[in-house]
Amino acid sequence: MYTVADLKKGLKITLDGDPYIVIAFDFTKPGKGQALYRTKMRNMINGTILDRTYRSGETFEPASLEDRKMQFLYKEDDHYVFMDNQTFEQYRMSEDAVGDSKNYLIDNLPVDVLLFRDKAIGVDLPNFVNLRVTETSPWAKGDTSGSDSKPATVETGYVLRVPPFIEEGELIVIDTRNGEYSTRVKG
Amino acid sequence: MNVNWTLARRRPLLVARAQIIQAIRQFFIQEGFLEVETPLRIPAPAPEAHIDAIPSDGWFLNTSPELCMKRLLAAGYERLFQICHCWRGNERGRKHLPEFTMLEWYRADADYTRLMTDCENLLTALAAACGLNDDLQVQGREVRLAKPWQRLTVAEAFARFSDSSVDAALASDRFDEIMTDAIEPMLGIGQPTFLYNYPSERGALARLHGADQSVAERFELYIGGIELANGFSELTDAIEQRRRFEQEEQYRRSSGRIPYPEANKFLAELPAMPPAAGIALGVDRLVMVMLDAAEIDAVVAFTPEDL
Repeated sequence: MYTVADLKKGLKITLDGDPYIVIAFDFTKPGKGQALYRTKMRNMINGTILDRTYRSGETFEPASLEDRKMQFLYKEDDHYVFMDNQTFEQYRMSEDAVGDSKNYLIDNLPVDVLLFRDKAIGVDLPNFVNLRVTETSPWAKGDTSGSDSKPATVETGYVLRVPPFIEEGELIVIDTRNGEYSTRVKG
Repeated sequence: MNVNWTLARRRPLLVARAQIIQAIRQFFIQEGFLEVETPLRIPAPAPEAHIDAIPSDGWFLNTSPELCMKRLLAAGYERLFQICHCWRGNERGRKHLPEFTMLEWYRADADYTRLMTDCENLLTALAAACGLNDDLQVQGREVRLAKPWQRLTVAEAFARFSDSSVDAALASDRFDEIMTDAIEPMLGIGQPTFLYNYPSERGALARLHGADQSVAERFELYIGGIELANGFSELTDAIEQRRRFEQEEQYRRSSGRIPYPEANKFLAELPAMPPAAGIALGVDRLVMVMLDAAEIDAVVAFTPEDL
């Protein structure tokens, strides 16, 4: 059982029997008034988007989903193909269902695939993934401020801000929870 | 060497934040205020229906330095300010941190209208001290600081921005929802807004209005749709204050919250307090507004999630 305090982006709950994932969340509270928890949720089966506002004291059932250890194999047209590590069975998932996770999917990446009635409907990534920088501008020498950043493209096509000293070809660690650069992989 | 780059990247905002806080100090010292530090861990917070103090070894982390500051007023200190950390349980969002920085100031022999003037003067002084001009950009919208700022009663705001009256909203328990959905986003656009004269039940420590007892002499300051400060003419009637505390505490307990002991030293000293006005301003949000940051996380060194 979840309470309003558990609400955050990525939380999966059951609503009217269907699994929903919270895709946007904000806590608001007008001066001295009561807390309101605003959520935007996506139905994980049919993609319908809902706006719901909750108040303190409300509770939620977790979504009844099965978690399977899989790895990402390849992309085929607009579908992503994963393989169950135990049964070697393959599952296809639409680009919509994969969502922002596609920014981090490289061949053989270990992931948790969420099954609802044996249909793959979502993917849980490791918190950190290593991706190679394929394109970024060179470091302007002499800049040691440490606080500047520049855009970089990684092998999946995802673009993010990185520190100025990162060069093309380097392997960097990205936090998949917020999509931000975390550190670089040495050697 | 593994530099925490997220932290390093916050430098320009943290430098500007420090400048703003130094300028706040300078402003109040020039205005003849005494800076005080009151304990952050206290035995009995002021009971308020929707604010939760965090327990700390039998006592509580303060949700505001209000009660201690008023005891100082009652002891004869006339102009006081404090910049301190406050804690409010279960508050985390784009504009909320459970631990945040508060500026409070109190004036003896003044009412809430004097505090509105203070706000106008303070922000004008801060903008000048920090090299900003009088036109702030707040998330794509211009806010001019030229005085006087807009003053709008709660009743006027409901009439202008919602399809409900204040009374109907209170009766159907939709006051807070209408406030956040329909009213707040319209306030402090073009120029800062003082929203004032709140329904009497929305000001547990505020004095009722002299001419209209259905409202309290309480106001909130908004800039760019963001609530920055809450001020009021202080209630000095100890009997009435005790009654309101009991009412708020009863609500808290009936909704399963941790009971607070009675703030009996405050209540005992309250009769000695002169007519006064006091205000609490969220420093993190002030920095957000002045530096045009989209969320509170951007203007603090560490969020709870960073620890």
